[in-house]
Amino acid sequence: MAGNSTVHRRPAPGAIVAAEPGAHDIVAVPLRHPGRWVLASLILLALLGVGTSLWQNPNIDHPTIAKYLFSDRIVAGAVLTVALTIITMVLSTILGIVLALMRLSANPVLNSVAWLYVWIFRGTPLLVQIVFWGYLGLLYKQLSLGVPFTDFTVFTVDTNALIPAFVAGVIALTTNQAAYTAEIVRAGMLSVDQGQKEACYSLGMTPLFTLFKVELPQAMRVIIPPMGNETISMLKDTALLSLIAVAELYTVAARISSQNLHQVELLIVVSIWYLALTSILSVPQYYLERHYGRGSRTLGPTPIGRAVALAHRVRRSQEGNRS
Amino acid sequence: MNSILESPSPVRTDENRLPLVQAQGVRKSYGQLQVLKGIDLQVDAGQVMCLLGPSGSGKSTFLRCINHLERIDGGRINFDGELIGYAQRNGKLHEMKPREVARQRRGIGMVFQRFNLFPHLTALENIIAAPIGIKRIPKAQAIAQAHELLEQVGLGDKATLHPAKLSGGQQQRVAIARALAMEPKLMLFDEPTSALDPELVGDVLDVMQKLAASGMTMIVVTHEIGFARNVADEVVFMDGGVVVESGSPAEVLGNPSHERTRAFLENVI
Ligand SMILES: Nc1ncnc2c1ncn2[C@@H]1O[C@H](COP(=O)(O)OP(=O)(O)OP(=O)(O)O)[C@@H](O)[C@H]1O
Ligand SMILES: [Mg+2]
Repeated sequence: MAGNSTVHRRPAPGAIVAAEPGAHDIVAVPLRHPGRWVLASLILLALLGVGTSLWQNPNIDHPTIAKYLFSDRIVAGAVLTVALTIITMVLSTILGIVLALMRLSANPVLNSVAWLYVWIFRGTPLLVQIVFWGYLGLLYKQLSLGVPFTDFTVFTVDTNALIPAFVAGVIALTTNQAAYTAEIVRAGMLSVDQGQKEACYSLGMTPLFTLFKVELPQAMRVIIPPMGNETISMLKDTALLSLIAVAELYTVAARISSQNLHQVELLIVVSIWYLALTSILSVPQYYLERHYGRGSRTLGPTPIGRAVALAHRVRRSQEGNRS
Repeated sequence: MNSILESPSPVRTDENRLPLVQAQGVRKSYGQLQVLKGIDLQVDAGQVMCLLGPSGSGKSTFLRCINHLERIDGGRINFDGELIGYAQRNGKLHEMKPREVARQRRGIGMVFQRFNLFPHLTALENIIAAPIGIKRIPKAQAIAQAHELLEQVGLGDKATLHPAKLSGGQQQRVAIARALAMEPKLMLFDEPTSALDPELVGDVLDVMQKLAASGMTMIVVTHEIGFARNVADEVVFMDGGVVVESGSPAEVLGNPSHERTRAFLENVI
């Protein structure tokens, strides 16, 4: 590692001159970790054991898994799951940012409303909220727009017509997630140094410009990592919408298995899908973290960048061999 | 824009001085603690005022009152013919809306002890953020101006670096360039070199001295007595929320008339 980069300078008079470079070069031997290898082998062995026992279990019908993994209904369910995740995360992030700003504002009314919101939606089970939105039709048979406490109405619709299961599901997940997102955004905003705001104001920036140009971008560094977790949770929480019969991945699988009685096989099918989807989600998270972390630490190459560099190196060495 | 730092001083003659900043009886408290107990000061256009005083005497607070980062409890501050932070209507003072305060602040640049550069933006982006976003200057023009300013503070080659990659002295010079990009009439400096390693102080003071020579009106809170002696037109010594004495550098620094000033100077030098 060291060695060849020695700068050759004429030695000062009386200086101790080292012997020929190379003669006393230190060869750095990295610390070895034999324990890691032992541990890894043990874990691998255990995984192999579980895997074979599942594979050889006569009660699991493997062809069924293969048959349903990419069946039309399952794929359609997976598409709806992804769509639900994207829609609810986008809407809940917007609502969450608004709630966080309300919580941080000096206005006591906005402040209390936001606090109350978070208190209610974080303090009751998501499951209950989903069922509540799904059964809203029982509570209010009709929804009408008009002036409260008078007979004047602009229009009236049946609740179940206005709020189909899909919309109820989106509302339930969005409103619940927004409460958590609000707290994450608030923590992010509080992490921004107070001096940043003062610098902005001293430059004549308005509070709104300061928020979007300086405060939120810096808060993002703190917000993005937990939001990645929230997105992964959301992807899995969409399965709860099976309670109100939204035809997402888990609902579809449950319907199929209630017909063919291959419950375990279909659970394996959906697990494979959820695992694959959550794995894919970690890619954008990695790049978002890099983007908002710029300026705060030295960034190495991305995995793709590293692969490209490796390919270049391989090609160059091959060319070198040929000539 | 003409080179702010290099043009010959346009207003530096004693005859045509105008009061640019005028503070009258400024009072400010934090809860029970009265930090400013009636400050009267006047800074003429083109003048450099250095503010000295022991820690906790209210220097930063006063500076922050001038651009309304702090609200004052009593007295008034006039800047460029306008009351800072308040509009006078029917004999009453009405607090301004944030938007109006922001407009007033555009004429006043401020440099902080801890630089307060935007860490997520490059040096260049730090400088052009407010001119483009607030003054609505065309982007190309703002960028050209920013490059020129960076050149003038000796950082022409650092435009694309983020603050984390710059030394403290370089960061502070970017911060000065950022404030100058709004073309202010007044520059406030709050101990701009206190957070710097000693060998980096000189670069920043050089830039400030050039700025003063170009005719910029400046109020500088500093412990650099040498800078005050060489650059200031007026030196003000504050203690306990009041102005203890003020005058030319020779008077205040060379022959202080108050015991408190003398004790402070002995400690600093
Ligand atoms: N936001 C605040 N809330 C409460 N007290 C404050 C606040 N800001 C300043 N003070 C108090 O006001 C007094 C004056 O503070 P100020 O920062 O103006 O002093 P200073 O002269 O700038 O001192 P230094 O040389 O240490 O910077 C101090 O006692 C300080 O504790
Ligand atoms: Mg201070």
